[in-house]
Amino acid sequence: MQLAARIQDLKKEYHLSGEVVRALRGVSLDVPEGDYVAIMGPSGSGKSTLLNLLGCLDRPTGGSYYLGPDDVARMSDDRLSEIRASRIGFVFQSYNLIQQLTVLENIEVPLYYQGRIDSRAQQRCRELAQLVGLGDRLRHRPAQLSGGQQQRAAIARSLVNDPRFILADEPTGNLDSVTTGEILALLDRLNRDFKTIIMVTHEDEVARHARRIVRLRDGLLQSDERMREV
Amino acid sequence: MGSGIVLRTWILGIKSLLLHPLRSLLTVLGIFIGVASVVWLLAIGEGISKKAQEQIEGLGADNIIVRSIKPPNEATVGIRGPVPYGLTRADYDRLVETIPTIERALPVREIRRQFKYGDHLVDGRLVGCTPDYAQVTQLSVYSGHFISEPELKSKAPVCVLSHEVARRLFPYEDPLGRTINVEEQKYLVVGVLEPKNPTAGIGGSLAAQDFADDVYIPITTLWALIGDSVFTRRSGSFEGEIVELSQLTLRVKELDRVLETADLVKATLAAHHRQQDTGVVVPLELLEQARTTRLMFILFMGLIAAISLLVGGIGIMNIMLATVTERTREIGIRRALGAKRSDITRQFLVETIVLSVVGGATGVLGGLICRPAVALLRWTLERTAPGAVENLPEVIRTVEPIIVGWSIPLAFGISVGVGVVFGLYPAMRAAAMDPIEALRHE
Ligand SMILES: Nc1ncnc2c1ncn2[C@@H]1O[C@H](COP(=O)(O)OP(=O)(O)OP(=O)(O)O)[C@@H](O)[C@H]1O
Ligand SMILES: [Mg+2]
Repeated sequence: MQLAARIQDLKKEYHLSGEVVRALRGVSLDVPEGDYVAIMGPSGSGKSTLLNLLGCLDRPTGGSYYLGPDDVARMSDDRLSEIRASRIGFVFQSYNLIQQLTVLENIEVPLYYQGRIDSRAQQRCRELAQLVGLGDRLRHRPAQLSGGQQQRAAIARSLVNDPRFILADEPTGNLDSVTTGEILALLDRLNRDFKTIIMVTHEDEVARHARRIVRLRDGLLQSDERMREV
Repeated sequence: MGSGIVLRTWILGIKSLLLHPLRSLLTVLGIFIGVASVVWLLAIGEGISKKAQEQIEGLGADNIIVRSIKPPNEATVGIRGPVPYGLTRADYDRLVETIPTIERALPVREIRRQFKYGDHLVDGRLVGCTPDYAQVTQLSVYSGHFISEPELKSKAPVCVLSHEVARRLFPYEDPLGRTINVEEQKYLVVGVLEPKNPTAGIGGSLAAQDFADDVYIPITTLWALIGDSVFTRRSGSFEGEIVELSQLTLRVKELDRVLETADLVKATLAAHHRQQDTGVVVPLELLEQARTTRLMFILFMGLIAAISLLVGGIGIMNIMLATVTERTREIGIRRALGAKRSDITRQFLVETIVLSVVGGATGVLGGLICRPAVALLRWTLERTAPGAVENLPEVIRTVEPIIVGWSIPLAFGISVGVGVVFGLYPAMRAAAMDPIEALRHE
């Protein structure tokens, strides 16, 4: 079984005016390719911190994180950017689309930092917009879309660089139940197409879509429960 | 990086700037004013110094001019009546005989007089001079001839009118062959001159020479008919002066011996004049002074312009800092999607470069219209406030800006440089943001 990510004894501490906040106190986790993990746990337990580390937005203060053969903990800032550009797709609770760009332009942004915008890539952006059901909204700006539509645009954007990983921090947190269903259906479909998904959520309903539920408490792994094999 | 990406970076920058058109416009205006002022100030400075240079050149670079100066009143206190002062015919002979580098010397005697023809009266200067005078002071004859050698020898009562005097005394007639009255004497008009630009005012010792209200007669005639003692009626009382020569223009044989000759002249005069009643003017020296002044002027104008560009640069920095703060969230998103620090720096730097290039380019255009703009300004002022214009110094009233070639690439280059320098800090601040913090920013 090929591993998408392996973390060992991962630690993250924040130093705040003399006080040390230990957001993660040693978490180990193996994520095989094609897995679909839901991370759950009470507020402040370190879910977002873990996801940010997995997404190479930050470096751990202890332990190691192998994304493929390389230890992320030792990489330069530029190298982390390259990994984010080529291997990771983010989906955020608050969508995080760039307001002044159209849907199509938003989807194109990651390509821009990979330095490969050509007509084929642009065609691919259109197809992705079609895939998430926004084929007729390409020229609209985020403010002209509903929350569900914005999140679908964000998912299309996370797919554009054909990432190994899709990381989603409470992707349905701002959505009603119907729209939540649509978004989860989209993620299910991506996972069936063998994308590895790691998703933070508070809701059991949502977590049920995953193959595996990991629970955090006070920066430690509390439980790791697999429901479906990859 | 492909050319498509580069193009996109620029388009993105321009789009972002157009999101706040008024803000961008005001920032551009700051740079525009800076650049235009560089070009304008240098053009005006160049115009003024060029004019000064031409006026000095009008005196003749190979000339040395010696003038009689009325000594201060204290020197003559207690003595009744006018006291002789100034250059003498003896000075003239001495200078010509003892200094071999002097090619020739032109004696001049000037008196303020009233000229009369029929009902027409003109106040002006009666200039006694020699035939060479026309050539040395670059006077050209419009009709008739200038004073001739035979007329000088024979002390003929003839005169040559400046263009302006001729126009005013003879509005409807040809002055040649007519006789004008100067006090008791009568002079036959034998020539009329072309109009001539005034020469430079030469510091304390020489007033600017106007030439407009001059009437020229042979100096021998002046000595014979009027003499050295001249009395002028002035506001009821008589004022007298006893002067042999008002001015001596010495022509030096070679240009590079002008300065040493001038020293000799000064020494010779000092030996025979106990009071300070002569002044020596060396146009060549003035020319060199004018060049130094011009350099100072350029430096000074450059300083003012640099300050205004600095202000424009601070404007850019201010706007970019605000923009970076406003777009913190966008920066976080871009970083999360794979932007390197250098990508973020480049993105914001492109925006400042667009601002400063647009400001610089329009500023250069604004600078190029300097000449017509100054003309228009002068025209409008003359229409609306003629009194105010008359009170302005002459240089300012008549200056023609001359655009200095190198000022345009310089101003443009500096404006772009200012954009980069002042844009760099905000751009680097944007790039240094922690992506997670930036994403959390509201
Ligand atoms: N930048 C930071 N500086 C200091 N402390 C931080 C920082 N980020 C997170 N923390 C702390 O780390 C701990 C874990 O935070 P984290 O955001 O991972 O929680 P979470 O599980 O995502 O909570 P929630 O469900 O509310 O989103 C918290 O105690 C938080 O205060
Ligand atoms: Mg969280």
